[in-house]
Amino acid sequence: MASSDITSKGSDDATPHGAKVGLLRVLGPAHIWALGVGIVLVGEYMGWNFSVGKGGAFAALIACWFAGILYTCVAMIDSEVTSTVAAAGGQYTQAKHIVGPLMAFNVGLYLVFAYTMLEAANAITAGYLISVVAGMMGHVGDLDQRPFIVLVIMFLAWLNYRGVLATLTFNLVITSIAFVAILVLFLSTSGVLGGGIMQHAALFEGHELPYGWIGVLAAMHFGLWYYLGIEGTTQAAEEVRSPARALPFGTLAGIMTLLIAATLTWYICSGILPWEFLGDGVDGAVAPLFSAAQLSGSMALVWFLGFGTLFATLASANGCINDASRAWFAMGRDKYLPFWFGAVHPKFRTPYRSIIFLVPIAMIFALGAPLDQVITFSILSGLLEYTFMPLNIIQFRRKWPLNSIKRGYEHPFHPLPAIVLLCLCGITFFAVFLGYGTQLVAMIGFYIVVSLWFHFWRYRFVNRGTQFTMPWPKPHGY
Amino acid sequence: MQTWNYLEYAAWGVSALLGLYMVIDWLKVDSTYSEEVLTSSREGELEAMTEQHKL
Repeated sequence: MASSDITSKGSDDATPHGAKVGLLRVLGPAHIWALGVGIVLVGEYMGWNFSVGKGGAFAALIACWFAGILYTCVAMIDSEVTSTVAAAGGQYTQAKHIVGPLMAFNVGLYLVFAYTMLEAANAITAGYLISVVAGMMGHVGDLDQRPFIVLVIMFLAWLNYRGVLATLTFNLVITSIAFVAILVLFLSTSGVLGGGIMQHAALFEGHELPYGWIGVLAAMHFGLWYYLGIEGTTQAAEEVRSPARALPFGTLAGIMTLLIAATLTWYICSGILPWEFLGDGVDGAVAPLFSAAQLSGSMALVWFLGFGTLFATLASANGCINDASRAWFAMGRDKYLPFWFGAVHPKFRTPYRSIIFLVPIAMIFALGAPLDQVITFSILSGLLEYTFMPLNIIQFRRKWPLNSIKRGYEHPFHPLPAIVLLCLCGITFFAVFLGYGTQLVAMIGFYIVVSLWFHFWRYRFVNRGTQFTMPWPKPHGY
Repeated sequence: MQTWNYLEYAAWGVSALLGLYMVIDWLKVDSTYSEEVLTSSREGELEAMTEQHKL
């Protein structure tokens, strides 16, 4: 870890880094890629296949590509705004500068809930995977998964506590291995290297769209799973060496990687596994890429994809801890939450109190809540966040037109991506409502209640004079 | 298989050690540095120094 003073203006001896302690700017584009793809790639290894159950294999492919368009819009919009509003908190900070405090508070909570729930879901999955490994190695009886779930959360929290460079370098290594595993499985089973085992025509015959077009719509819910979390790259904005370069580069490279990984994943799994088995993520293909590797007949591929699944799960949980803690920290620093959370570790330069505070919350959900509920809570928070983005970018362009401030990246065809994103979010809300209507209504009710609490109570503590930090000109029309 | 039972205990033990490390370090840092220093991070400070935001 670099020990040079980055944030201090003076040479005060109060800390090893001077009078002021801030987050450390040590990350490059590869770390941004690893953060975004790392959070998401687990969705290729498991979860996306529920979309096959909703509407068949073709519906899953349509959902994969439409969700791909949704997330490409997310990545482009995020790249433009974050490369300009380069501060921890990501979309929360964007909302604070561009829309207003109430929106910022809500977006901050969406972020923390989405990532903490996803972290809990990943820890549950890691515990399950370790129990599968125990079974494969001859363990008789049920393995107690709890110690491994707790270990995953504690180890990754410790890594995050110790510094962002090691945390995201770790993510870079394990995410790359997990991505290469998908490529190797594709090359080995498609006939590019050796004999292929794909049977798309035979498996699809008579099952093209088993539930018709409503099945395609329902599949959109789990289509998000291919890409959910790529927007997390923005949380590293205050820790990259060059925000204007690294954030757009890492985020756009990340969405391209995921579009390739998602399409290959669909191609491999739908060509090897029958749709009825593939679409059942509980009693059928829990980890479809791993199941495909098992059918390949190669023990090396089975182990490679087994490690790929575990690494993808760990990378996702690791990135989630990083992102949730930055959002919580940024809200604390602005006094949207107690100021105490805005502390930075003077040696490791991480938001250590926020990291520690979120550990027991993740633990409670990982040990006490059912996996599907935890995942749904995460998806819904993410979806609310994506709905905010088009409104955000339209306001951003209106208040600060292209020639008024310096941007690291300017996304093309504005406002088309914003309109497409808004329409796709509307469709996905309907798809989620079809399967999880009660949870959707309960969640929106929850956010209304906390918004009232913020408006009538918490806002009086907010640092109103210091929350607008960007040296921008006055907004257009003000 | 007994190995996995030992691994369960090891997982509990390592988790406890990591948790203990973080809590002890947290208390040590909080008692060594003033609250003013620990919460001195300000959004956009570096940004203001390095970026002009002018075309």
